[in-house]
Amino acid sequence: MPDTTAAATIICRCEDVTLEEIRAQIAAGRHTIDEIKRLTRCGMGPCQGRTCRTLVAGEIARAVGVDVAEEALPTFRPPLKPVKLGVLLAEENDGA
Amino acid sequence: MRKHADAVVIGGGIHGCSVAYHLAKKGMGDVVLVEKDYLAACGTGRSAAGIRHQFGTEVNVRLSAASLAMMETLSEDLDYAHGIELLQKGYLMLAYGRPELETFTRNVALQHRIIADCKTVMMTPEQIHELNPHLNLDGVLGGSFNPRDGHASPWHTTQAFAEAAARLGVEINTRTEVTGIRLDGDRVGGVVTTRGEILTDTVVDCAGPFGAVVSRMAGVDLPLTPQRHQILVTEPVAEVVPMMVISYTHGTYFKQTPHGSILMGYGDPAHEVIGLEQDASWQFLVEVARKITYHMPILENVRVVRQWAGLYDMTPDSQAILGGVPEVRGFYLDVGWSGHGFMLGPIAGKVLSEIIVGEEPTVDVDDFRYARFAENDLCPEPACV
Repeated sequence: MPDTTAAATIICRCEDVTLEEIRAQIAAGRHTIDEIKRLTRCGMGPCQGRTCRTLVAGEIARAVGVDVAEEALPTFRPPLKPVKLGVLLAEENDGA
Repeated sequence: MRKHADAVVIGGGIHGCSVAYHLAKKGMGDVVLVEKDYLAACGTGRSAAGIRHQFGTEVNVRLSAASLAMMETLSEDLDYAHGIELLQKGYLMLAYGRPELETFTRNVALQHRIIADCKTVMMTPEQIHELNPHLNLDGVLGGSFNPRDGHASPWHTTQAFAEAAARLGVEINTRTEVTGIRLDGDRVGGVVTTRGEILTDTVVDCAGPFGAVVSRMAGVDLPLTPQRHQILVTEPVAEVVPMMVISYTHGTYFKQTPHGSILMGYGDPAHEVIGLEQDASWQFLVEVARKITYHMPILENVRVVRQWAGLYDMTPDSQAILGGVPEVRGFYLDVGWSGHGFMLGPIAGKVLSEIIVGEEPTVDVDDFRYARFAENDLCPEPACV
Protein backbone atom coordinates (compact mmCIF):
# COMPACT_ATOMS: atom_id res chain seq x y z
CA MET A 1 0.00 0.00 0.00
CA PRO A 2 1.52 3.41 -0.88
CA ASP A 3 2.53 5.44 2.14
CA THR A 4 0.54 8.64 1.62
CA THR A 5 1.35 9.97 5.05
CA ALA A 6 5.06 10.24 4.22
CA ALA A 7 4.36 12.71 1.43
CA ALA A 8 2.22 14.83 3.75
CA THR A 9 4.51 14.68 6.78
CA ILE A 10 6.77 17.70 7.05
CA ILE A 11 10.11 16.90 8.68
CA CYS A 12 11.82 20.27 8.21
CA ARG A 13 9.33 23.02 8.95
CA CYS A 14 11.65 25.84 7.87
CA GLU A 15 12.31 24.43 4.41
CA ASP A 16 9.18 22.30 3.84
CA VAL A 17 11.03 19.01 3.44
CA THR A 18 8.79 15.93 3.67
CA LEU A 19 9.37 12.51 5.18
CA GLU A 20 9.02 11.07 1.68
CA GLU A 21 11.93 13.22 0.41
CA ILE A 22 14.09 12.20 3.37
CA ARG A 23 13.36 8.51 2.77
CA ALA A 24 14.19 8.90 -0.94
CA GLN A 25 17.59 10.36 -0.01
CA ILE A 26 18.31 7.52 2.41
CA ALA A 27 17.25 4.96 -0.20
CA ALA A 28 19.68 6.62 -2.64
CA GLY A 29 22.54 5.87 -0.24
CA ARG A 30 22.86 9.13 1.68
CA HIS A 31 23.26 7.95 5.22
CA THR A 32 24.37 11.08 7.05
CA ILE A 33 22.42 14.13 8.17
CA ASP A 34 25.02 16.32 6.45
CA GLU A 35 24.54 14.81 2.99
CA ILE A 36 20.75 14.97 3.24
CA LYS A 37 20.96 18.55 4.47
CA ARG A 38 23.02 19.67 1.48
CA LEU A 39 20.84 18.02 -1.12
CA THR A 40 17.39 18.84 0.30
CA ARG A 41 18.02 21.98 2.44
CA CYS A 42 16.61 20.02 5.41
CA GLY A 43 18.00 21.85 8.47
CA MET A 44 19.20 24.94 6.63
CA GLY A 45 16.40 27.28 7.70
CA PRO A 46 16.15 29.75 10.56
CA CYS A 47 15.98 27.05 13.27
CA GLN A 48 19.11 25.37 11.87
CA GLY A 49 17.80 21.84 12.27
CA ARG A 50 16.64 21.97 15.87
CA THR A 51 13.48 20.04 15.02
CA CYS A 52 14.42 17.99 11.99
CA ARG A 53 17.92 16.88 12.97
CA THR A 54 16.74 14.22 15.41
CA LEU A 55 13.91 13.13 13.10
CA VAL A 56 16.32 12.62 10.20
CA ALA A 57 18.75 10.82 12.49
CA GLY A 58 15.92 8.49 13.54
CA GLU A 59 14.99 7.76 9.92
CA ILE A 60 18.60 6.96 9.02
CA ALA A 61 18.95 4.74 12.09
CA ARG A 62 15.82 2.80 11.21
CA ALA A 63 16.76 2.36 7.55
CA VAL A 64 20.43 1.52 7.98
CA GLY A 65 20.24 -0.33 11.29
CA VAL A 66 22.58 1.86 13.29
CA ASP A 67 22.14 3.42 16.70
CA VAL A 68 21.18 7.10 16.62
CA ALA A 69 23.93 7.80 19.11
CA GLU A 70 26.53 6.53 16.65
CA GLU A 71 25.51 8.83 13.82
CA ALA A 72 27.70 11.73 12.78
CA LEU A 73 26.09 15.05 13.71
CA PRO A 74 26.36 18.03 11.40
CA THR A 75 28.53 20.89 12.60
CA PHE A 76 26.59 23.28 14.83
CA ARG A 77 27.25 26.50 12.98
CA PRO A 78 27.17 29.95 14.52
CA PRO A 79 25.25 32.10 15.21
CA LEU A 80 23.02 29.98 17.44
CA LYS A 81 20.00 32.08 16.55
CA PRO A 82 19.47 34.31 13.51
CA VAL A 83 21.02 37.73 14.17
CA LYS A 84 20.43 40.91 12.20
CA LEU A 85 23.49 42.24 10.37
CA GLY A 86 22.83 45.62 11.98
CA VAL A 87 22.99 44.07 15.45
CA LEU A 88 26.41 42.59 14.70
CA LEU A 89 27.52 46.07 13.66
CA ALA A 90 26.35 47.55 16.96
CA GLU A 91 28.49 44.95 18.72
CA GLU A 92 31.50 46.20 16.81
CA ASN A 93 30.75 49.84 17.57
CA ASP A 94 30.39 49.11 21.31
CA GLY A 95 33.73 47.41 21.33
CA ALA A 96 35.47 50.31 19.58
CA MET B 1 35.36 -2.36 -3.90
CA ARG B 2 37.09 -3.30 -7.16
CA LYS B 3 40.62 -4.69 -6.93
CA HIS B 4 41.66 -3.54 -10.40
CA ALA B 5 40.86 -0.35 -12.26
CA ASP B 6 41.81 1.34 -15.51
CA ALA B 7 41.92 4.58 -13.53
CA VAL B 8 41.48 5.65 -9.92
CA VAL B 9 40.26 9.19 -9.28
CA ILE B 10 41.03 10.53 -5.81
CA GLY B 11 38.55 13.12 -4.54
CA GLY B 12 34.76 13.39 -4.81
CA GLY B 13 34.35 17.09 -5.48
CA ILE B 14 33.30 18.65 -8.76
CA HIS B 15 36.69 17.91 -10.36
CA GLY B 16 36.90 14.26 -9.34
CA CYS B 17 33.31 13.55 -10.39
CA SER B 18 33.77 15.38 -13.69
CA VAL B 19 37.03 13.56 -14.50
CA ALA B 20 35.50 10.17 -13.62
CA TYR B 21 32.42 10.87 -15.73
CA HIS B 22 34.42 12.01 -18.74
CA LEU B 23 36.84 9.06 -18.56
CA ALA B 24 33.89 6.65 -18.51
CA LYS B 25 32.23 8.55 -21.34
CA LYS B 26 35.40 8.09 -23.38
CA GLY B 27 34.93 4.37 -22.98
CA MET B 28 37.35 3.64 -20.15
CA GLY B 29 35.87 0.52 -18.59
CA ASP B 30 36.85 0.37 -14.95
CA VAL B 31 36.99 3.77 -13.34
CA VAL B 32 36.98 3.94 -9.54
CA LEU B 33 36.49 7.14 -7.55
CA VAL B 34 37.51 7.31 -3.89
CA GLU B 35 36.45 10.06 -1.50
CA LYS B 36 37.43 10.18 2.15
CA ASP B 37 34.19 11.82 3.26
CA TYR B 38 31.05 12.27 1.13
CA LEU B 39 30.64 13.93 -2.28
CA ALA B 40 31.34 17.70 -2.36
CA ALA B 41 32.11 17.66 1.37
CA CYS B 42 35.16 19.93 1.16
CA GLY B 43 36.18 22.70 -1.25
CA THR B 44 33.34 22.27 -3.75
CA GLY B 45 30.42 22.14 -1.33
CA ARG B 46 31.70 25.01 0.78
CA SER B 47 32.22 27.41 -2.12
CA ALA B 48 30.00 30.31 -3.18
CA ALA B 49 29.81 28.57 -6.57
CA GLY B 50 30.01 31.67 -8.75
CA ILE B 51 30.34 31.20 -12.49
CA ARG B 52 31.89 33.81 -14.77
CA HIS B 53 33.52 34.52 -18.09
CA GLN B 54 35.39 37.38 -16.50
CA PHE B 55 39.00 36.30 -16.20
CA GLY B 56 42.27 37.96 -17.10
CA THR B 57 44.32 35.12 -18.58
CA GLU B 58 43.64 33.51 -21.92
CA VAL B 59 43.56 29.96 -20.57
CA ASN B 60 40.92 30.81 -17.95
CA VAL B 61 38.81 32.78 -20.41
CA ARG B 62 38.78 29.81 -22.80
CA LEU B 63 38.07 27.32 -20.03
CA SER B 64 35.32 29.38 -18.40
CA ALA B 65 33.52 30.01 -21.71
CA ALA B 66 33.55 26.27 -22.45
CA SER B 67 32.59 25.33 -18.88
CA LEU B 68 29.67 27.75 -18.73
CA ALA B 69 28.38 26.50 -22.06
CA MET B 70 28.49 22.97 -20.59
CA MET B 71 26.62 24.07 -17.47
CA GLU B 72 23.82 25.63 -19.52
CA THR B 73 22.74 22.19 -20.72
CA LEU B 74 24.25 20.06 -17.96
CA SER B 75 21.00 19.09 -16.20
CA GLU B 76 19.64 17.69 -19.48
CA ASP B 77 22.93 16.25 -20.75
CA LEU B 78 23.46 14.36 -17.49
CA ASP B 79 19.76 13.59 -17.13
CA TYR B 80 19.67 15.07 -13.62
CA ALA B 81 16.03 15.65 -12.72
CA HIS B 82 16.56 18.10 -9.83
CA GLY B 83 18.68 20.39 -12.01
CA ILE B 84 21.91 22.13 -11.02
CA GLU B 85 20.12 25.35 -9.96
CA LEU B 86 22.00 27.41 -12.53
CA LEU B 87 21.01 31.05 -12.19
CA GLN B 88 22.30 33.35 -14.95
CA LYS B 89 21.49 36.82 -13.77
CA GLY B 90 24.95 38.18 -14.24
CA TYR B 91 28.20 38.82 -12.40
CA LEU B 92 29.28 42.35 -11.56
CA MET B 93 32.85 43.34 -10.74
CA LEU B 94 33.24 46.70 -9.00
CA ALA B 95 36.31 48.84 -9.78
CA TYR B 96 37.42 51.25 -7.06
CA GLY B 97 40.62 52.76 -8.43
CA ARG B 98 42.17 53.66 -11.76
CA PRO B 99 44.44 50.59 -11.83
CA GLU B 100 41.49 48.30 -11.13
CA LEU B 101 39.40 49.96 -13.81
CA GLU B 102 42.27 49.59 -16.30
CA THR B 103 42.72 45.90 -15.40
CA PHE B 104 39.01 45.24 -15.92
CA THR B 105 39.08 47.08 -19.25
CA ARG B 106 42.03 44.94 -20.37
CA ASN B 107 40.31 41.76 -19.18
CA VAL B 108 37.11 42.63 -21.03
CA ALA B 109 39.08 43.29 -24.24
CA LEU B 110 40.79 39.92 -23.82
CA GLN B 111 37.44 38.17 -23.34
CA HIS B 112 36.06 39.77 -26.52
CA ARG B 113 39.17 38.79 -28.46
CA ILE B 114 38.81 35.14 -27.44
CA ILE B 115 35.08 34.49 -27.09
CA ALA B 116 32.74 34.87 -30.04
CA ASP B 117 29.64 36.80 -29.04
CA CYS B 118 31.11 37.70 -25.64
CA LYS B 119 28.57 39.47 -23.45
CA THR B 120 30.93 41.16 -20.98
CA VAL B 121 30.65 44.97 -20.92
CA MET B 122 32.27 47.79 -19.00
CA MET B 123 29.79 49.90 -17.05
CA THR B 124 29.76 53.42 -15.64
CA PRO B 125 28.61 53.98 -12.05
CA GLU B 126 25.32 55.32 -13.48
CA GLN B 127 24.77 52.11 -15.43
CA ILE B 128 25.59 50.05 -12.36
CA HIS B 129 23.10 52.06 -10.34
CA GLU B 130 20.47 51.32 -12.95
CA LEU B 131 21.36 47.64 -12.83
CA ASN B 132 21.05 47.51 -9.05
CA PRO B 133 19.88 50.62 -7.18
CA HIS B 134 20.62 48.99 -3.78
CA LEU B 135 24.39 49.03 -4.25
CA ASN B 136 26.42 51.70 -2.50
CA LEU B 137 28.65 53.09 -5.25
CA ASP B 138 30.79 55.45 -3.13
CA GLY B 139 34.23 55.37 -4.68
CA VAL B 140 33.18 53.08 -7.53
CA LEU B 141 34.72 54.23 -10.81
CA GLY B 142 32.97 51.63 -12.92
CA GLY B 143 32.77 47.92 -13.33
CA SER B 144 32.48 44.99 -15.67
CA PHE B 145 29.36 42.91 -16.06
CA ASN B 146 28.34 39.81 -17.96
CA PRO B 147 24.65 38.91 -17.91
CA ARG B 148 25.36 35.28 -18.85
CA ASP B 149 27.42 34.72 -15.69
CA GLY B 150 25.89 33.70 -12.39
CA HIS B 151 26.03 30.75 -10.02
CA ALA B 152 24.80 27.19 -9.49
CA SER B 153 24.41 24.68 -6.69
CA PRO B 154 27.79 23.06 -6.03
CA TRP B 155 26.16 20.00 -4.41
CA HIS B 156 23.72 19.30 -7.21
CA THR B 157 26.28 19.93 -9.96
CA THR B 158 28.63 17.43 -8.33
CA GLN B 159 25.80 14.99 -7.71
CA ALA B 160 24.73 15.27 -11.37
CA PHE B 161 28.22 14.23 -12.54
CA ALA B 162 28.47 11.47 -9.93
CA GLU B 163 25.14 9.89 -10.81
CA ALA B 164 25.85 10.08 -14.56
CA ALA B 165 29.30 8.56 -13.94
CA ALA B 166 27.79 5.72 -11.89
CA ARG B 167 25.35 4.95 -14.70
CA LEU B 168 28.37 4.61 -17.02
CA GLY B 169 29.88 2.06 -14.65
CA VAL B 170 32.11 4.22 -12.45
CA GLU B 171 32.41 2.79 -8.94
CA ILE B 172 32.07 5.61 -6.42
CA ASN B 173 33.39 4.88 -2.95
CA THR B 174 32.67 7.49 -0.32
CA ARG B 175 34.13 7.27 3.20
CA THR B 176 37.19 5.68 1.65
CA GLU B 177 40.45 7.41 2.40
CA VAL B 178 43.61 7.00 0.37
CA THR B 179 46.55 6.15 2.60
CA GLY B 180 49.21 5.40 -0.01
CA ILE B 181 50.08 5.25 -3.68
CA ARG B 182 52.14 2.31 -4.96
CA LEU B 183 54.84 3.04 -7.49
CA ASP B 184 56.21 0.54 -9.96
CA GLY B 185 59.55 1.98 -11.05
CA ASP B 186 58.84 5.36 -12.61
CA ARG B 187 55.14 4.73 -12.91
CA VAL B 188 52.02 4.36 -10.83
CA GLY B 189 51.06 0.84 -9.76
CA GLY B 190 48.17 1.12 -7.35
CA VAL B 191 46.26 2.96 -4.67
CA VAL B 192 46.02 1.89 -1.02
CA THR B 193 42.85 2.89 0.80
CA THR B 194 41.22 2.31 4.16
CA ARG B 195 39.00 -0.24 2.43
CA GLY B 196 41.62 -2.15 0.50
CA GLU B 197 44.00 -1.82 -2.38
CA ILE B 198 43.30 -1.14 -6.07
CA LEU B 199 45.76 -2.06 -8.79
CA THR B 200 45.89 0.58 -11.52
CA ASP B 201 48.32 2.30 -13.87
CA THR B 202 46.44 5.61 -13.89
CA VAL B 203 45.78 7.80 -10.85
CA VAL B 204 44.22 11.26 -10.85
CA ASP B 205 44.71 13.59 -7.90
CA CYS B 206 41.53 15.69 -7.52
CA ALA B 207 41.89 16.11 -3.77
CA GLY B 208 41.51 19.90 -3.70
CA PRO B 209 43.02 21.35 -0.50
CA PHE B 210 44.39 17.85 0.26
CA GLY B 211 45.98 17.67 -3.19
CA ALA B 212 49.54 18.05 -1.94
CA VAL B 213 49.02 15.38 0.75
CA VAL B 214 47.89 12.91 -1.92
CA SER B 215 50.65 13.84 -4.38
CA ARG B 216 53.32 13.37 -1.73
CA MET B 217 52.23 9.72 -1.57
CA ALA B 218 53.37 9.43 -5.18
CA GLY B 219 56.60 11.26 -4.41
CA VAL B 220 55.42 14.46 -6.09
CA ASP B 221 55.79 17.75 -4.23
CA LEU B 222 53.19 20.39 -5.08
CA PRO B 223 53.45 24.09 -4.21
CA LEU B 224 49.86 23.97 -2.97
CA THR B 225 48.66 25.66 0.20
CA PRO B 226 45.26 25.18 1.81
CA GLN B 227 43.85 28.56 2.84
CA ARG B 228 40.72 29.09 4.86
CA HIS B 229 37.93 31.32 3.54
CA GLN B 230 34.59 31.99 5.19
CA ILE B 231 31.02 32.60 4.09
CA LEU B 232 27.78 33.42 5.82
CA VAL B 233 24.21 33.05 4.68
CA THR B 234 21.09 34.99 5.60
CA GLU B 235 17.43 34.16 5.86
CA PRO B 236 15.60 34.25 2.49
CA VAL B 237 14.40 37.69 1.42
CA ALA B 238 12.80 39.19 -1.70
CA GLU B 239 15.18 39.57 -4.65
CA VAL B 240 17.55 42.49 -4.01
CA VAL B 241 20.75 41.29 -5.63
CA PRO B 242 20.00 38.92 -8.52
CA MET B 243 23.55 39.23 -9.89
CA MET B 244 26.70 38.04 -8.16
CA VAL B 245 28.83 41.01 -7.05
CA ILE B 246 32.55 41.07 -6.32
CA SER B 247 34.94 43.74 -5.06
CA TYR B 248 38.64 42.93 -5.17
CA THR B 249 39.36 46.10 -3.20
CA HIS B 250 37.32 44.83 -0.24
CA GLY B 251 37.89 41.13 -0.85
CA THR B 252 34.12 40.67 -0.80
CA TYR B 253 31.65 38.75 -2.94
CA PHE B 254 27.95 38.13 -2.51
CA LYS B 255 25.01 36.55 -4.28
CA GLN B 256 21.36 35.69 -3.71
CA THR B 257 20.40 32.06 -4.24
CA PRO B 258 17.21 31.03 -6.10
CA HIS B 259 15.89 30.23 -2.63
CA GLY B 260 16.23 33.89 -1.56
CA SER B 261 19.04 33.63 0.97
CA ILE B 262 22.04 35.90 0.51
CA LEU B 263 25.53 34.40 0.65
CA MET B 264 28.47 36.63 1.44
CA GLY B 265 32.09 35.77 1.52
CA TYR B 266 35.19 37.70 2.23
CA GLY B 267 38.78 36.74 1.69
CA ASP B 268 41.44 38.04 4.01
CA PRO B 269 44.58 36.04 3.23
CA ALA B 270 46.77 38.23 5.45
CA HIS B 271 44.79 37.24 8.54
CA GLU B 272 43.47 33.86 7.50
CA VAL B 273 44.47 30.48 8.78
CA ILE B 274 46.87 28.62 6.52
CA GLY B 275 46.38 24.89 6.89
CA LEU B 276 43.61 22.39 6.93
CA GLU B 277 41.42 23.94 9.64
CA GLN B 278 37.82 24.47 8.52
CA ASP B 279 36.24 26.02 11.61
CA ALA B 280 34.54 29.39 11.28
CA SER B 281 35.56 32.40 13.40
CA TRP B 282 33.24 34.89 15.13
CA GLN B 283 35.41 37.84 14.04
CA PHE B 284 34.32 37.02 10.51
CA LEU B 285 30.66 37.63 11.36
CA VAL B 286 31.32 41.15 12.55
CA GLU B 287 33.70 41.95 9.73
CA VAL B 288 31.27 40.76 7.05
CA ALA B 289 28.38 42.58 8.69
CA ARG B 290 30.42 45.77 8.34
CA LYS B 291 31.42 45.11 4.74
CA ILE B 292 28.11 43.88 3.44
CA THR B 293 26.06 46.71 4.94
CA TYR B 294 28.60 49.07 3.37
CA HIS B 295 27.99 47.54 -0.07
CA MET B 296 24.23 47.15 0.47
CA PRO B 297 22.83 49.25 3.34
CA ILE B 298 19.37 47.79 2.68
CA LEU B 299 20.50 44.51 4.24
CA GLU B 300 20.94 45.91 7.75
CA ASN B 301 17.79 44.23 9.04
CA VAL B 302 18.35 40.89 7.34
CA ARG B 303 19.25 38.05 9.68
CA VAL B 304 22.32 35.84 9.43
CA VAL B 305 21.37 32.20 9.96
CA ARG B 306 24.63 30.35 9.45
CA GLN B 307 28.32 30.75 8.73
CA TRP B 308 30.94 28.25 7.64
CA ALA B 309 34.48 27.97 6.41
CA GLY B 310 36.10 26.14 3.56
CA LEU B 311 39.50 25.76 2.00
CA TYR B 312 40.99 27.19 -1.17
CA ASP B 313 43.82 25.20 -2.75
CA MET B 314 46.24 28.02 -3.49
CA THR B 315 49.20 27.88 -5.86
CA PRO B 316 51.91 30.57 -6.25
CA ASP B 317 50.19 32.05 -9.35
CA SER B 318 46.58 31.31 -8.27
CA GLN B 319 46.30 28.92 -11.20
CA ALA B 320 45.51 25.24 -11.43
CA ILE B 321 47.91 22.38 -11.96
CA LEU B 322 46.33 20.26 -14.67
CA GLY B 323 47.87 17.37 -16.59
CA GLY B 324 50.45 14.64 -16.18
CA VAL B 325 53.64 14.57 -14.15
CA PRO B 326 56.66 13.64 -16.32
CA GLU B 327 58.53 12.11 -13.36
CA VAL B 328 55.75 9.65 -12.45
CA ARG B 329 54.04 8.12 -15.45
CA GLY B 330 50.34 7.52 -15.04
CA PHE B 331 49.98 10.15 -12.30
CA TYR B 332 47.76 13.10 -13.22
CA LEU B 333 46.92 16.32 -11.40
CA ASP B 334 43.70 18.33 -11.35
CA VAL B 335 44.29 20.56 -8.32
CA GLY B 336 45.29 24.08 -7.25
CA TRP B 337 42.25 25.95 -8.57
CA SER B 338 42.85 28.69 -6.01
CA GLY B 339 39.23 29.60 -5.29
CA HIS B 340 37.73 29.48 -8.78
CA GLY B 341 37.64 25.72 -9.21
CA PHE B 342 33.93 25.00 -9.03
CA MET B 343 33.02 26.85 -12.21
CA LEU B 344 35.87 25.27 -14.18
CA GLY B 345 35.23 21.72 -12.94
CA PRO B 346 33.02 20.60 -15.84
CA ILE B 347 35.52 21.58 -18.56
CA ALA B 348 38.61 20.58 -16.55
CA GLY B 349 37.32 17.02 -16.24
CA LYS B 350 36.71 16.87 -19.98
CA VAL B 351 40.13 18.31 -20.85
CA LEU B 352 41.98 16.02 -18.46
CA SER B 353 40.14 12.94 -19.75
CA GLU B 354 41.26 13.90 -23.26
CA ILE B 355 44.87 14.25 -22.09
CA ILE B 356 44.73 10.89 -20.28
CA VAL B 357 43.48 8.96 -23.31
CA GLY B 358 45.95 10.76 -25.59
CA GLU B 359 43.61 13.06 -27.50
CA GLU B 360 44.11 16.69 -28.40
CA PRO B 361 42.53 18.65 -25.51
CA THR B 362 39.52 20.90 -26.26
CA VAL B 363 41.38 23.77 -24.56
CA ASP B 364 45.18 24.10 -24.50
CA VAL B 365 46.12 23.97 -20.82
CA ASP B 366 49.90 24.01 -21.20
CA ASP B 367 49.99 27.11 -18.95
CA PHE B 368 48.78 24.82 -16.13
CA ARG B 369 51.58 22.24 -16.49
CA TYR B 370 53.27 21.03 -13.30
CA ALA B 371 56.72 21.84 -14.71
CA ARG B 372 56.03 25.60 -14.75
CA PHE B 373 57.09 25.91 -11.11
CA ALA B 374 60.51 24.35 -11.73
CA GLU B 375 60.86 26.44 -14.91
CA ASN B 376 59.78 29.56 -13.02
CA ASP B 377 57.34 30.28 -15.83
CA LEU B 378 54.24 31.26 -13.85
CA CYS B 379 50.96 32.48 -15.32
CA PRO B 380 49.36 34.76 -12.67
CA GLU B 381 45.58 35.22 -12.83
CA PRO B 382 44.69 38.82 -11.89
CA ALA B 383 40.94 38.19 -11.51
CA CYS B 384 40.55 36.28 -8.26
CA VAL B 385 39.67 36.89 -4.64
